[in-house]
Amino acid sequence: MSGAELVEGPRDYEATLKAARARAESALREAGISFSVEEGKGFVDLVVDVDSIVKAAEALKNAGFTHVVSVTAVDYPKKKSIKVAYHVTSYLDPEIVGGIVGLAVYLPREAPEMPSLSGVWVSAEFMEREVYEFFGVTFKGHPDLRPLLLIPELAEKRPLRKDFVVREESIYEGVPERVRRG
Amino acid sequence: MSGEVRVYGGWRDDLGLKVIPTRRLARDVYEVFIGPQHPGSGHMRIIIRVDGDVIVEADPDIGYVHRTMEKLGEIRGWIKPIPLFERMAIHDACNITLPYVRAVEKLMGVEAPLRAKYLRVLLCEINRIAAHLYGFAIFGVFLGHSTMYMWAMGDREVFIQLAEELTGARLTHSYPIPGGVRRDIPQGFPDMARRAVKYMRKRLEEYRKIFLDNPVIRSRLEDVGVIPKRLAAELGIVGPNARGSGIQYDVRIIEPYEVYDELDFEVPVYTEGDALARTYVRVEEIRQSLRIIEQVVEWLEKKPREPIVDESIYKKYPPLHKKILESQGRAKLLPWMATMKVPAGRAIGRGETGRGEIIYYVESDGGMNPYRVRIVTPSARNAIAFKYALPGHRVMDLPAIYGSLDYFPPEADR
Repeated sequence: MSGAELVEGPRDYEATLKAARARAESALREAGISFSVEEGKGFVDLVVDVDSIVKAAEALKNAGFTHVVSVTAVDYPKKKSIKVAYHVTSYLDPEIVGGIVGLAVYLPREAPEMPSLSGVWVSAEFMEREVYEFFGVTFKGHPDLRPLLLIPELAEKRPLRKDFVVREESIYEGVPERVRRG
Repeated sequence: MSGEVRVYGGWRDDLGLKVIPTRRLARDVYEVFIGPQHPGSGHMRIIIRVDGDVIVEADPDIGYVHRTMEKLGEIRGWIKPIPLFERMAIHDACNITLPYVRAVEKLMGVEAPLRAKYLRVLLCEINRIAAHLYGFAIFGVFLGHSTMYMWAMGDREVFIQLAEELTGARLTHSYPIPGGVRRDIPQGFPDMARRAVKYMRKRLEEYRKIFLDNPVIRSRLEDVGVIPKRLAAELGIVGPNARGSGIQYDVRIIEPYEVYDELDFEVPVYTEGDALARTYVRVEEIRQSLRIIEQVVEWLEKKPREPIVDESIYKKYPPLHKKILESQGRAKLLPWMATMKVPAGRAIGRGETGRGEIIYYVESDGGMNPYRVRIVTPSARNAIAFKYALPGHRVMDLPAIYGSLDYFPPEADR
């Protein structure tokens, strides 16, 4: 067994995030992809068009973003859209290691469909299955698109969408109010 | 069985390691279902296809203990998710809830006082040791080494009692709250902690003799389940599994939270990428956590006591609550917190749990509930390693690889 190496640090996360953001933005610009920026605390989302997402993902991958930490989907029924954000970061590039940048798209809520990015980032494979079962987003070209955590019957209901309401259960459910109050 | 079988493996070996090659099969592929009632595997199933007894394909079938954490997180206010989320990994409770609390703090614009930060780190490290010991115990069972199981489970009790002394609960402590922590250290705690540290150092030496340097264990772990550095980065695996493959990554270093940047500790990395390297990383981490506990306890002992919740929250305390906090070191949760509103915004909170990086994406629309809580636990990210690390190995190696990944189904399924 070789002697242990050590992780060098501590590092300044604000500086890392700034570098990662600059790297991602310039990569997208070089690839000729237009994007808008949505700020967050501890990360940044770059929103692109669904047609250019595969090209954008390849550009980020080539710029050093090695893996996906989270495929984050959020349902906005009022805007009739579902946002899917691939939060990516790097393990190998010392300048941007750990800086989280999101590559995001807005999909129509009725028939959300987008190309799978698991061909670019293998680490997205299981997370895309999760978004598929919980939100009903179809990922075209995914090697194995089926529910990950839920049984198929439950996945049909798309439980993380906002119109899936968790019913409060109570042993007194159905008993009229005046009876309950005595 | 007929039809084409996809074969994984064959990753380029960029570390000069031995990677067992797999080949495409012509005939006689059997499907074996391992779990979900496997002794030791616990609530998950791995569907493997074998040629003779060589695994050619593995499909981790998870979700048996899915408990709708993300959905429940959206309907129970901002405080109640804390005791909920810690049920994902009860023996790692502080590590697993702290990033959520920190994300909420970022949105609220509050910060824990310095003393509370030290207290958080203290419990995090106690949890980390307990989680690693739990992992060792299960690992021991997987390898048929029942002494290791007994020893690690027994020694884990030392740290559970330490956590109980600090928080009042053995496992689900619900210790960090937005703006602070719930208890200060009791009288006599520093002495207790020092005894635990001394005891564990001695025990690690004995672990080495009976387990790590045991020729049987070594032959089952060395060069088994190799994940080369490049593959580890591609799969995005986390924690000791990534650090066993030469990935220089630990959230405590990358994004130092609480007071980790003020403490003197090291994060060891091994480059072999095999099951033994992952085991060594964990042993070294226990050693480092012991160092951190010593430093934190000394700091807490020397510095005068101060309120352990944020100024803005402390100001709203009624006199009785202030008295309890000052005399007993207990911070009460105020009723308004159950129905509090958090300013609109998005935040990512993350931390290094015993098993690796955990990420919470928290979105608020300014209401009484989080609009969205996305949780990515370390085991959820490590699950993919089964698919890519198992092929090419014999069925005999499966428990060794599973145990070395320290996979914990309730955490992965959320």
